[in-house]
Amino acid sequence: MFIPLLILRNAFRHKLRTILTVVGIVVAITAFGLLRTIVDAWYAGANASSSARLITRSSVSLVFPLPLTYAQKIRQIEGVQAVSWMNWFGGVYISERNFFPQFAIDAQSYLDMYPEFILSPEERKAFLADRSGAIVGRKLAETYGWKVGDQIPLRGTIFPGTWNFNLRGIYDGADKGTDQSTMFFHFGLLNETVKKLYPRRGDSAGLFVVRLRDPGQAAEVSAAIDATFKNSLAETLSETEKAFQLSFVAMTEAILLAIQAVSYLVIVIIMAVMANTMAMTARERSAEYATLKALGFSNAFVASLIFAESIGIAVLGGVIGIALTFPLAHAFADRMGSLFPIFFVGEETLALQAGAALLVGVVAAAAPAWHTARVRIVDGLRAVG
Amino acid sequence: MTIPFSYIVRNVAARKLTTALTAGGMALVVYVFATVLMLAAGLEQTLVMTGQDDNVVVIRRGSQSEVQSGIDRRQAGIVESLPDIATGQDGQRLFSKEPVVLISLPKRASDKPSNVVIRGVTPSGLTLRPQVSIVAGRMFRPGTSEVIAGRAIADGFKGAGVGETLRFASRDWTVVGVFDAGRTGFSSEVWGDAEQMLQAFRRLGFSSLIFRLADPGRFDSVKQAIESDPRLTLEAKRETRFYADQSETLSKFISYLGTTISVIFSIGAIIGAMITMYASVASRTGEIGTLRALGFSRLAILVAFLVEALLLGLIGGLFGIAAASTMQAISISTMNFQTFAELAFSFTLTPKIVAASLLFALAMGFVGGFLPAVRAARLKIVDALRAA
Repeated sequence: MFIPLLILRNAFRHKLRTILTVVGIVVAITAFGLLRTIVDAWYAGANASSSARLITRSSVSLVFPLPLTYAQKIRQIEGVQAVSWMNWFGGVYISERNFFPQFAIDAQSYLDMYPEFILSPEERKAFLADRSGAIVGRKLAETYGWKVGDQIPLRGTIFPGTWNFNLRGIYDGADKGTDQSTMFFHFGLLNETVKKLYPRRGDSAGLFVVRLRDPGQAAEVSAAIDATFKNSLAETLSETEKAFQLSFVAMTEAILLAIQAVSYLVIVIIMAVMANTMAMTARERSAEYATLKALGFSNAFVASLIFAESIGIAVLGGVIGIALTFPLAHAFADRMGSLFPIFFVGEETLALQAGAALLVGVVAAAAPAWHTARVRIVDGLRAVG
Repeated sequence: MTIPFSYIVRNVAARKLTTALTAGGMALVVYVFATVLMLAAGLEQTLVMTGQDDNVVVIRRGSQSEVQSGIDRRQAGIVESLPDIATGQDGQRLFSKEPVVLISLPKRASDKPSNVVIRGVTPSGLTLRPQVSIVAGRMFRPGTSEVIAGRAIADGFKGAGVGETLRFASRDWTVVGVFDAGRTGFSSEVWGDAEQMLQAFRRLGFSSLIFRLADPGRFDSVKQAIESDPRLTLEAKRETRFYADQSETLSKFISYLGTTISVIFSIGAIIGAMITMYASVASRTGEIGTLRALGFSRLAILVAFLVEALLLGLIGGLFGIAAASTMQAISISTMNFQTFAELAFSFTLTPKIVAASLLFALAMGFVGGFLPAVRAARLKIVDALRAA
């Protein structure tokens, strides 16, 4: 009972210093957690993807559409269970600042293929029945305060003009990893209008989504699809949904790496602060530690006192930091709006935070503990803080 | 009477480990702060330098980038016949009709694909961009499947070096030259013959029209003429404005994230400075009492400790800036969210950033040192002397 009490008393001997150190660790651990969560959000699309789905798109790049007739040909390929298609719309809601993704989808086949978008049967029916109907995710609806029945005007950037959509349903995600910040409307509406305005651009889809009969066949089926359209005017590139999503992550990899580097840097900074605290503390108490040694306590015991104090302070800061990460992440997600459709603190992040706090405690204590254990009793007693 | 500066310097130097740790923490913060500013400055410089003030870019109304835009030949012809367009040395109008598309190419380092801008240019298109020069190989010959690659693309992407071939639009294109466009967005593009590109990509129209104004001051009336013509569904922007708009989201993102991170980091560093300074005050209580007894005023003590904290900040700031300046050798290539295309830019250290970082470091030292300095100044002589 005596030893823990000694450590506790020691830790709070300089109340202000300890409190400042704890605050520093709290800030660092919270920032670390937030940055890790941002990185996770980047990968969220890839993590939410299904292994049973392939994405087929133009091999040149995403901006080149594929003829709609490909749907029939893909469906005939061995191992394909269903095909759906979609187009990126890229509309602007009121001002450029309100960015959220919008897709024109072949509604029936698309909703069948993505069971993770949960829509009540009535809303689904209403959406399918209304040619200019649209559905949006729960988070998106909350951001702009939309209710079923509202009109949503979008200004087209790729498809010129102002487009009005009737909100027919608000979908929920099957779990918290599902994107709830997207708007979907009917491909038919887009296609008819485009055909009228630009006959050459009609009857084409940005990409096809293919559901596999057996997820194990992903490689064979995607090779078969690409072989079908080899040497045609519009060659295709098929890959699993996950690989497709990861290719977006790869494009912004430089930024991602920077954020990751910074998240570790914050830990290094707090290590310096904490190490400073422990070095000062140990120096001030060198006479006391020498006394303990003179009384017969071993070097290891004195070193462990310093370690326990350091780790205790770090863990205290870590626990508070982890607790604060949740409200902070929530506030950040609110501020960023739909830039990060999926944003939550993952379990891995929590584990890393705890690990980082512990590491800070251990590293900070290493130098003073080693020094104190090594110093001769006589020198220790002679030392003046 | 003020306390001698050398006394303060010696105090900073007396405890080396503590000083190093505190200044080191601050140096890291200043490093991050400066790096982010350098990144934002590099991006801004890249896009500002891409545009020329007397050039005008015309794209389809409502489209935000050249890739989204489409302009048919009839509309292009109408714009080309406007009176305000400058004429070059050969008597040709300085007017370029360009198809711009994105293709995905694998990166050399990671083999992962990223989007690259392919631009079809005309001879006058080259005159419109005097910053472009061939640094390796030669210019492409018009009417052939030859292309030239910007330096960032030639370095970063597979198949884009001189002598290599790129395959897109069912053709093999030979890279015959590498061009350098300085720190501009063009360094992240591949250029070929405009008419060849149109045929290969089976396009009937162009993506953008670029021309030089005969009189730069007439921009507003040209803009008016284009945007009010009922036959045209186009919008005109100065080239400088056009490129600045294209990077708005990316530069906002960088500065927003950077500011947040700097603020969080600086809290950590300020706490570090505070701990150090409080300890410094506590261990020198007797000394402070002696100084006061010798006749130094409370203000002199306050100033001495503040200067000590500022000195810590200055050391951290200098090391941080030194570390950040090494980042200038590194160039970053990432996707611009708005154009969906690769854009290379480098960290750029400007005098303004050096000043801002130093000020930031001193501010951290000041904030961290203020409370401890106040405590030192408020010590009573008798108590302080007794403590020693």
